[in-house]
Amino acid sequence: MPYSDTLDVRVTDSSLRDGSHAKRHQFTEEQVVAIVGALDEAGVPVIEVSHGDGLGGSSFNYGFSKTPEQDLIRAAVKTAKQAKIAFLMLPGLGTKDDIRAALDSGASVCRVATHCTEADVSRQHFGLARELGLETVGFLMMAHSSPPEELAKQARIMADAGCQCVYVVDSAGALVMEQVSDRVSALVAELGSDAQVGFHGHENLGLGVGNSIVAARAGALQIDGSTRRFGAGAGNTPIEAFAAAAEKIGIKTGIDVLKIIDAAEDVVRPAMDGECELDRLAILMGYAGVYSSFLKHAYRQAERYDVSGAELLLRAGRRKLVGGQEDQLIDIALELVSEK
Amino acid sequence: MVSSPLSAAIVGSGNIGTDLLAKLLRSEHIEPRWMIGVDPGSEGLQRARDAGLEASAEGVDWLFAQSEQPDLVFEATSAYVHQANAPRYEERGIQAIDLTPAAIGPYVVPSANMADHYDAPNLNLITCGGQATIPIVHAISSVVPVSYAEIVASVSSRSAGPGTRDNIDEFTRTTSRGIEVVGGAERGKAIIILNPADPPPLMRNTVFCAIPADADRDAVRDAVARRVAEVAQYVPGYRARSEAQFDEPSDVSGGHARVAVFLEVEGAGDFFPPYAGNLDIMTAAAVRVGEVLATSRIPA
Repeated sequence: MPYSDTLDVRVTDSSLRDGSHAKRHQFTEEQVVAIVGALDEAGVPVIEVSHGDGLGGSSFNYGFSKTPEQDLIRAAVKTAKQAKIAFLMLPGLGTKDDIRAALDSGASVCRVATHCTEADVSRQHFGLARELGLETVGFLMMAHSSPPEELAKQARIMADAGCQCVYVVDSAGALVMEQVSDRVSALVAELGSDAQVGFHGHENLGLGVGNSIVAARAGALQIDGSTRRFGAGAGNTPIEAFAAAAEKIGIKTGIDVLKIIDAAEDVVRPAMDGECELDRLAILMGYAGVYSSFLKHAYRQAERYDVSGAELLLRAGRRKLVGGQEDQLIDIALELVSEK
Repeated sequence: MVSSPLSAAIVGSGNIGTDLLAKLLRSEHIEPRWMIGVDPGSEGLQRARDAGLEASAEGVDWLFAQSEQPDLVFEATSAYVHQANAPRYEERGIQAIDLTPAAIGPYVVPSANMADHYDAPNLNLITCGGQATIPIVHAISSVVPVSYAEIVASVSSRSAGPGTRDNIDEFTRTTSRGIEVVGGAERGKAIIILNPADPPPLMRNTVFCAIPADADRDAVRDAVARRVAEVAQYVPGYRARSEAQFDEPSDVSGGHARVAVFLEVEGAGDFFPPYAGNLDIMTAAAVRVGEVLATSRIPA
């Protein structure tokens, strides 16, 4: 069953949210207007705009935003002609007030993220979002750390709370092919017609596009990516490559391949501080199962305390840190200093 | 001078009430006499009877019908129940220590602002994250101006009950407000993370404060170290993981100079397992509040 009469899967571009990590949350309104304009013109149906850690993420722990995120959301809404503007929020960090503010700013898709075993903290937020008439998406983050049947139970909690599409979110870029399809299939089987299933990939093992195609074949109707891989860790599934590959195998995304390729090169790339590379630390994140947004923080603390960034990430993996525990990277750095 | 112990009732016979009882039984200043629940099958009520308390499953009406009334009541039910009970305690002159999020009375943190509230009919303990971090914000703001303070509380998933999970916004809102009102920061922000790792990790808390770039770092460092030691007097498993860390202003710090303090709370292991430092610090703080009230009351 396709996503709609015209689309087999619906793509959400996250370069203005996940890319915020790579940008250290320093987006300007001009950059948002330029990127939204180009992606909208290329036919990207949904564009996500928020601090990398979601609404309310501007903080010491995650990095302060250069521009208030509601200003960026308003600029995106004003620019988009056909694309819907989405936002992300993490319960425990953002609140219901942030959801109301994003609605006032004109956003129409509310994406609520929890660690993959903690879906029940999202109930009040899905409830409110639906009451406000927002479309809802749920994120089960660090999905590699839970087996398919456990993930499906958590997806059920979100769906029952009002979530219309539950994503398998490979926050660490640690899932490999069948591990994606097993999880997507388990969610499809659990949710049936109650909610759709989505997949959000990272490139830390170089598998973003492949994993996304596998997800689509297993029944995922929504796929995330970021143009030019503009995201945390080694970046997200590159939308331009996914759209091109999908077209070759007959999966309709509605995205104009040539236009999105140009947008990636001419509009998105200039807004980036650097390419999102599959470098040593990024691969280690996929290998050790570490939350992708820890990357820039690991670089910063490794430099600040003169310790090994690789060792920092390996210990973060061993401590089983979850998304949001960026503060603990400093604690690990201090531990490494004390062992010197 | 030794004051005579205050008599106390625990209202709420669940896990928090049970852990609280274990701690009150060790107190020289408070004598727990009554345990009140609503479920006749409650294990907490049975444990209280075994410990020599009078216990009833008939709610606070039973307590009010007794000939003798407690000096103090510890409320470990829910915000909703405490809202109904609070005026009834006050009518009877029973001072209430509120462990629920009801926040009817002023926020109190034993090492920070107890002296302001000896006579308050109702004292609220904010949240676990608040009890773990506000003392540090308060210590720092006593030495330098704090324009903004942010705390990150990481707790084991197993120690976060349905009340916390259904009301996670209330945790962030209440704790943020406590950071401002009691901690002394101009603006507060609270973040809570649930971590499902097995074996369960101890509660961790990080306190970040924006301070002037030319702040006296030695004074801040000493104030933090002293305050950690003070809190550890009533929460023995409360400790700093390292010395306070100072960072210069940068673009990602919003232009603020920053001090960061990394804390760990290991529970006493009374009723809750040691990893649940977040629950232990609430009951330990409640006992401390009660003891401070007991020693501050002038014998009639």
